[in-house]
Amino acid sequence: MRPQTRWMSLVSACGVALLLGSVSPAPAQETHVGSLTGHATAGKQLYVRYCAGCHGDEGDAQGENAQWIDPKPRDFTMATFKCRSTPSGSLPTDDDLFNSVTRGFVTTNMPPWVALTPQNRVDVVSYIKTFSSRWRTAQPRAPMTIPSEPAPTIQGILHGRELYQRMECWKCHGGAGHGDGPSAKTLTDNKDDPIRPYDFQTGSRFMCGTTNQDLYRIFMTGLDGSPMPSFADQLKPAEAWDLVHFLRTLQPLKTPEAAIWRSWFTTHGHELKAIGPGGGGGGGR
Amino acid sequence: MIARLVAGLGLLAVGGAATGPSLRPPPAGMITGKVTYTGTPPKAKTIDMSKEPNCVTQHPTPVMTQDAVTGPANSVRYVVVYISAGDQGAAAATDTVHYDQKGCLYIPHVAAMQVHQPLEIFNDDPHSHNIHPLARVNAEWNKSQPKGAPPIRTSWDQAEFIPVKCNVHPWMHGYFVVLATPHSAVTDSTGEFNLTGLPPGKYTVTAWHERFGTQSQEVTVGGSETKTANFVLTARPY
Repeated sequence: MRPQTRWMSLVSACGVALLLGSVSPAPAQETHVGSLTGHATAGKQLYVRYCAGCHGDEGDAQGENAQWIDPKPRDFTMATFKCRSTPSGSLPTDDDLFNSVTRGFVTTNMPPWVALTPQNRVDVVSYIKTFSSRWRTAQPRAPMTIPSEPAPTIQGILHGRELYQRMECWKCHGGAGHGDGPSAKTLTDNKDDPIRPYDFQTGSRFMCGTTNQDLYRIFMTGLDGSPMPSFADQLKPAEAWDLVHFLRTLQPLKTPEAAIWRSWFTTHGHELKAIGPGGGGGGGR
Repeated sequence: MIARLVAGLGLLAVGGAATGPSLRPPPAGMITGKVTYTGTPPKAKTIDMSKEPNCVTQHPTPVMTQDAVTGPANSVRYVVVYISAGDQGAAAATDTVHYDQKGCLYIPHVAAMQVHQPLEIFNDDPHSHNIHPLARVNAEWNKSQPKGAPPIRTSWDQAEFIPVKCNVHPWMHGYFVVLATPHSAVTDSTGEFNLTGLPPGKYTVTAWHERFGTQSQEVTVGGSETKTANFVLTARPY
């Protein structure tokens, strides 16, 4: 290559770099998870290959598979997300989106994307954030702080049971947590598609995690876009933990809470009033 | 250029003086009118509240759907009439808009408010509601409000017609109509409205109804006069 040609190709390469720079996403779409930084341009390749089939090329949940899927894929143009550590109405954090992609959503068609490297997943998250202008005009609010979990006690579990009655969780989730409350059949999401409440008696993983902390976060932040509201303004942290411990007793799992509950229930179960209209009392409280 | 600058400064001075406390306020006009329909409106249906006995007992007579409430002489209730163009830097509305959940209904069914205007949402029922504004431009949220809970205090950042629903009681539907203007009104049971405090100027007045659509007209208000702007919306059955 002659020196002049080399110089010209260098100039044109710089021009391409400048052009690429001008069309590359704004820093708001950069994503940070731990020490990883995601880039939307890299994420786009992965998105088109792995995500667009359901979520659509435009992120509008209109992928070719979407019509066969129930619940429907997330519409990223709405920037409304169920699994968040942030308050209801806020965008999720990068970690929230990364965790959702990693974990997938149990009982839906969204698999855990552990086959993608963490860097791949951060890149995909970065690209997902290009589908709505909200990511450029708003920041995620501070994640909710969750105080350390107290040891479960029968008093706490019974108090949680009272809260399940008083907060009227049973209206959707049912008196025994079967997902069969009086409002269960009429629930719709923010696109008016029917949606079922979680059935505790299946013992399956939760939509947004598996741990007691995840359970705490689910009902305190609410699952935006779904009928599940936020209880953050209604429950104090100690109450929320009591509710978590009670909810665990509704699952057919070998948890410490279930053990405490079973042992107490064999001698005191007859004192309880069934949860439901006018119910929920008893148990010496 | 200099002449324009001087004229501009002069205008500023006049504007500044006009807002001074020692002078009379500028003349304010009013646009008044009535909203009626043509065509066939949907028939109101009886709401079945049997899933919430607390609410059944609150209503001695059957409660009808509120998405197309019509009255005598084809009047239409719950139409939002507002200034969609021509506002002249009107002062922001600061009074608090109240929105109540009572008897498993939203009261009022449609609430109009300005961007950033304080909004308080009450639950006056002896049981829980979840209030779920299905915002698209603003951020959608969904909060539980049990019996006796304090009001939810909020506001909206951008203009939008926001449907509101309660997932627990699927018949509960309402609207937050968030507008750029402080000049708005919701028609009453006679279909009438008043837009007050309008300085002289040319305005676009728009009427919006959740089922009967939107209609606009130009109205020029001079001095402290009252102008009439009637709207005839086209009603369609379900």
